[in-house]
Amino acid sequence: MSFPWAKQYAPTSEFGKYMDSRLPLPRFVYNSLGAGYPTPKNLNYFYNFGVLAGVALVIQILTGVILGMHFAADTSVAFDSVEHIMRDVNSGWMFRYMHAVGASFFFAVVYIHIFRGLYYGSYKPPREVLWMLGLVIFLLMMATAFMGYVLVWGQMSFWGAAVITGLFSALPLVGETIQTWLLGGFSPDNATLNRFFSLHYLLPFVTFGVIILHVWSLHIPGSNNPTGVDVKSEQDTIPFHPYYTSKDFFGLGVYLLIFSAFVFFMPNSLGEADNYIPANPLSTPAHIVPEWYFWPFYAILRAFTTDFLFIPAKLWGVIAMFASILLLFFLPWLDTSPVRSNKYRPLNRALFWVFVVVCFVLGIAGGKPAEEPWVRLSQVLTAYYFAHFLIILPLVSRFEKTLPLPNSISEAVLTKFGGNTPPSSGGKAVGGIAAQPAE
Amino acid sequence: MPRSGSLVQTGALLVGLLFVVTVLWGAVQPRDAAPEDVVKKYHLYPEQVAWEHNGAGNLGVFGTFDRAQLQRGFQVFREVCSACHSLNRIAFRDLSALGYSEAEVKAIAAEYEVDALDEYGDVIKKPATPADKFPLVYANEVAARSAQGGALPPDLSLITKARPDGTNYLRSLMLGYRDEVPSDFQKPDTLYYNPWFHSLAIAMPPPLSDERVEYADGTKGTMDNYASDIAVFLTWAAEPKLEERKERGVAVIAFLFILTILGYLSYKKVWRDLKKKPA
Repeated sequence: MSFPWAKQYAPTSEFGKYMDSRLPLPRFVYNSLGAGYPTPKNLNYFYNFGVLAGVALVIQILTGVILGMHFAADTSVAFDSVEHIMRDVNSGWMFRYMHAVGASFFFAVVYIHIFRGLYYGSYKPPREVLWMLGLVIFLLMMATAFMGYVLVWGQMSFWGAAVITGLFSALPLVGETIQTWLLGGFSPDNATLNRFFSLHYLLPFVTFGVIILHVWSLHIPGSNNPTGVDVKSEQDTIPFHPYYTSKDFFGLGVYLLIFSAFVFFMPNSLGEADNYIPANPLSTPAHIVPEWYFWPFYAILRAFTTDFLFIPAKLWGVIAMFASILLLFFLPWLDTSPVRSNKYRPLNRALFWVFVVVCFVLGIAGGKPAEEPWVRLSQVLTAYYFAHFLIILPLVSRFEKTLPLPNSISEAVLTKFGGNTPPSSGGKAVGGIAAQPAE
Repeated sequence: MPRSGSLVQTGALLVGLLFVVTVLWGAVQPRDAAPEDVVKKYHLYPEQVAWEHNGAGNLGVFGTFDRAQLQRGFQVFREVCSACHSLNRIAFRDLSALGYSEAEVKAIAAEYEVDALDEYGDVIKKPATPADKFPLVYANEVAARSAQGGALPPDLSLITKARPDGTNYLRSLMLGYRDEVPSDFQKPDTLYYNPWFHSLAIAMPPPLSDERVEYADGTKGTMDNYASDIAVFLTWAAEPKLEERKERGVAVIAFLFILTILGYLSYKKVWRDLKKKPA
């Protein structure tokens, strides 16, 4: 499960020895987050975001459990119970703002985590399953966040639930039935609120379980690194503790500082004002938008405006929106370049940054009303989004000319620190995915 | 897996082309010329004002409510707004945050009547106590609309949070009534023109005028003062924990700042040997 030079756990106390032969929990922690996990020594700050995402989930669970003690999942009082938390529960305002802002921050952290994986080729063999488990976590997060937003039972909660479950009605034949089944009725009502509360409480723990698989899967090949080159020897690695525990602690401090600035000084800046209006099924808001972290996907959903091949525009939008995420599961087989890191793929690196900008602008377009020029812009960018993964990336990975890879992580680090070891040429065998696995 | 890789890639190419062609087919369709949006043309964004509760630089990091201003705003609410608007999420006890003493809160509460049960179980009216909330103006929405010519005066407990840039919005709205209506805007006769309102036409008649409320503390009875005072009072009503929030925020940030510096120093110390002689 790890490199042969990994430090071995040796209990020192009598109690430690006693536990080690019965329930070796300390050994487990030692091997996964302690000195027993050899980690590439060249990880940069972007590698902090996995741990930060875990912390963000823990913050959501802790604050959520507290909120759940005071929240009432009934359409007649749900909104009031949230205001009760804000006004009358001791520090209730803080827990609610932490939970609401925390959702945004969880997504921000996970997006950076995903883009980091894209840039350094962390989805490539032998980490495909790790990547796919990450996508499962992402999907679970999206479902959880959506249902949590509905619980407030404000205007945007209600109409967001109506619009998103309405997507399923676009499916031919079974669509309406599925929508009714999801809602527990013909429109969002008490049955909807109750089941969303139940699932919103359940899914974070499911997510937690998948995260355990995600981390387990990470520990088989070990972490990727900015060079994308496999670990070759003990020289390439350092123990996770104390090196990355100290770095992660510092990163966590910076994260919590920014998080606190939002929670305490601009808690409503990431949300919609409309959601402070209690849900009213008889009054549709002028402009229904999801939270910012769904905007790129909302833009893709709305980008399909014409019926084509006997498929109605609405159904195209729904298919495309789901496809935009599901295609990521195929990424390890779409990008077949043996070189992982974009550091050594100049063409793909440029395309990566184009893709980042496309996602960003798609997000902006998704937050705007469906009118020109945003619709047309969404359409062009949506075309690029799919072209990037499904057409450009496979071709580039076949024909691009990559830069020579360093022989090892140590060599790359040395060069960076002013050493003059010449990098090896044609590093397909040494640096790419063809290299031998860690075991 | 080179073979399955190329299979996936061929499939991806076809699917990708399908999506690209479909979405671009929509993009090249001619658009109907969008009718000119008159509302958008005349709608105005709230005028930005520096508020005491936003503290230095209007940043919202420091700053506390001006108690005298809160009390003036409450007076405007009581003498003007409360004729039609409720404040149903606020309890009278909450008013102690405005600087009123316990006795004053009791006296204010006693001016309102709330439902109670008498010894026979019949519903009667009794003077409110500090534990009661501000009573509704209308029993229900139907009653409100029937009394207000079809319009529904919203409850004001959350109004500054329920509108973008709420505090500034409210002040601008209060001062924003205009007699001259643009000739290309069709205003219904029963509504009033106000470019800060989302639809430009608002059912609420201009609520404020100079000298409408007589302030006890000698502050001038101008519309501008009324508008600012009611905006601040309703900001407090929507977010009564605002001061506590910022106070705690400063403490939390200070703590985290020190913790992060210590974290940075220990990170540097742990890594020092590694950085000195790599390899």
